[in-house]
Amino acid sequence: MGYVAVKGGTIAIEESIKRLTYERLKQGKVIDVDRIEAGMRCLIDQVMSESSLYSESLAATAIKQAEGNPEEAVFLMRAYRSTLPRKHYSRIVRSEDMVVERRISACFKDIPGGQILGAAFDYTQRLLDFELNEETDEDAIIWLHEYALESGAENDHTVLDGLPKVLDYLREEGLLAACEDNDTEPDDVTKESIQFPTSRSQRLQILTRGQTGAVTSLGYAALRSYGALHPTVGELRIGNLPVYVDNPFTEENEDENAYYIGAIKVTEVESLFPVCKQMKHGEKEIEFGIGYGICYGQNETKAIAMSILDHCLETGNPEYPTHNEEFVLLHIDSVESTGFISHLKLPHYVTFQSELDSVRKSKKGGKSKERESVEEPRHEN
Amino acid sequence: MRINYNFAFFDESSKREIRRAILKAIAIPGYQVPFASREMPIARGWGTGGLQLTLSLVGKEDILKVMDQGSDESVNAVNIKKLITKTTGIKVTHDTGEASIIQSRHRIPEIPLQEGQILVLQVPLPEPLRYYEPSEYETKKLHAEQEYSGAWLMLFEQIMNYGNMATGADHPVMVHGRYVMAPSPIPRFDNPKLNRSKALILFGAGREKKVYALPPYTQVVSLAFDDYPFEVESFHNKCCRLCGATGVYLDEFIDEGTGATGATTYQCNDMGFCLHNLNQKSR
Repeated sequence: MGYVAVKGGTIAIEESIKRLTYERLKQGKVIDVDRIEAGMRCLIDQVMSESSLYSESLAATAIKQAEGNPEEAVFLMRAYRSTLPRKHYSRIVRSEDMVVERRISACFKDIPGGQILGAAFDYTQRLLDFELNEETDEDAIIWLHEYALESGAENDHTVLDGLPKVLDYLREEGLLAACEDNDTEPDDVTKESIQFPTSRSQRLQILTRGQTGAVTSLGYAALRSYGALHPTVGELRIGNLPVYVDNPFTEENEDENAYYIGAIKVTEVESLFPVCKQMKHGEKEIEFGIGYGICYGQNETKAIAMSILDHCLETGNPEYPTHNEEFVLLHIDSVESTGFISHLKLPHYVTFQSELDSVRKSKKGGKSKERESVEEPRHEN
Repeated sequence: MRINYNFAFFDESSKREIRRAILKAIAIPGYQVPFASREMPIARGWGTGGLQLTLSLVGKEDILKVMDQGSDESVNAVNIKKLITKTTGIKVTHDTGEASIIQSRHRIPEIPLQEGQILVLQVPLPEPLRYYEPSEYETKKLHAEQEYSGAWLMLFEQIMNYGNMATGADHPVMVHGRYVMAPSPIPRFDNPKLNRSKALILFGAGREKKVYALPPYTQVVSLAFDDYPFEVESFHNKCCRLCGATGVYLDEFIDEGTGATGATTYQCNDMGFCLHNLNQKSR
């Protein structure tokens, strides 16, 4: 029988929800939201990025409620986001103003401003650290104290904001075509649904809020075989970007009148792709094309994959699905893909009954037709 | 940090935006109006489109009925109702006649709808041409040019292959002689109820971010050929095992009570309708 006979569904649901709470609490321990915020930095970054909502504390609550399931946490955040009115738009944020924490380039050994490794898993050996089982808050305090003494952070006067962009260096050398600023107001995909063909601002927004795994997979597909693009990471930088809003009560807004409302941490990637340029008289020349990736928090794989997909969608080669904007943009959203797949768990007995009716009808009436279709090819042979 | 949600979950400007899309949809019957579909506290694909329409329309005086595949008590119907009552406090009902707004997944109630009522249908795939054209950009052009040969061909090929039109639910309809429209997968049985409906019928596709509408008394014709007319699901000689109703959409059950034989029995799919009949009888 189905999920409900006639009535009784309501009670069953109440019990299912209780069961869920039981699963979360059954060991008699709860995880503090501030401990999630302190220790689950990367998951929080991922959830904020896929939710398009920058708040570590809300993300921590969502992660607790979702018992660490990122798709569920993103879902909670997105739903909450829907209730928030859009009161202000920030001033334009320039990534040159980033206070950099990590910055690497795969193009050059030495870049103006230097390579800054910062914090990354890249240089660790992936051996499970069993000592973490014994780690205490006291250990953390002691480690922090020693680290402060050793690194001498107070005497370090390295300038970390206003670092030049690696790509600007290439532009000065004439290896990269200069591009003009495009100051048209960006479209907002959360205020107006996208129509095809899309604008670049729409593409970048959908890519940056895409599910990390989906963006990575499609980027990987484009890298491996569908277009076989092999980009060079011109610059990957992670750091905090200051955000300002204009004074809403004054007409003219000078820079100094704007209000600083905080900073957001982002990962930004600019990748370079060799592209063939058709010159006069059938001659060809190779130059560099750019792919751009940016996302909330530290999520380097996603940002690089996004830069690949950005380039794919800019070129739009009809041979490859990874270059097809409908294929990429309509299928990478976490809430949409997980929602529609999970809806298959809903009862479908009306639609199934309707299909049954068609199947039975075709079984009854289709017999003679079947014989015909089997015999026909024999005649030809 | 504790937060109270606004009446009907959304902020007022979001509701207004959705209502504008609804008004446009009513003005162009059968045309899919894109709208900035919000993420909802229920999952995409679980009725977020219908839910957004309902929440944007609902007022304090409204009486709401929610049904899912004919049942008011199905898991998802209960969930949606809970969300709406939690954020609005409005009255809910099982009684089709009493409701001012009826949100439904894949069924039109058996009790005929009246003027002034609004039926909100949840739509998973709003594009009737998607079956043969995966690109949104292309289907939009096909609609603009009223180029529907693909839809006819689809039905024609079914007749060639299977001896008859083999559509299940979601048999495409022609609205007001202009737009081919997906009726949201309602069973074919419900398609005729769309034609000249006294109630306003709205279709909301949340994940696909589309709204479309049938204003009251709009002409809706199921696509068919002169020699292969449109046929609804057959429940000939079958009746509901509970209320005895005939001529309604029935669910099929394997009756465990009859022992090893496992005879097939039938029951009204529209539970509100069935309960109504049972109550009438017991009076």
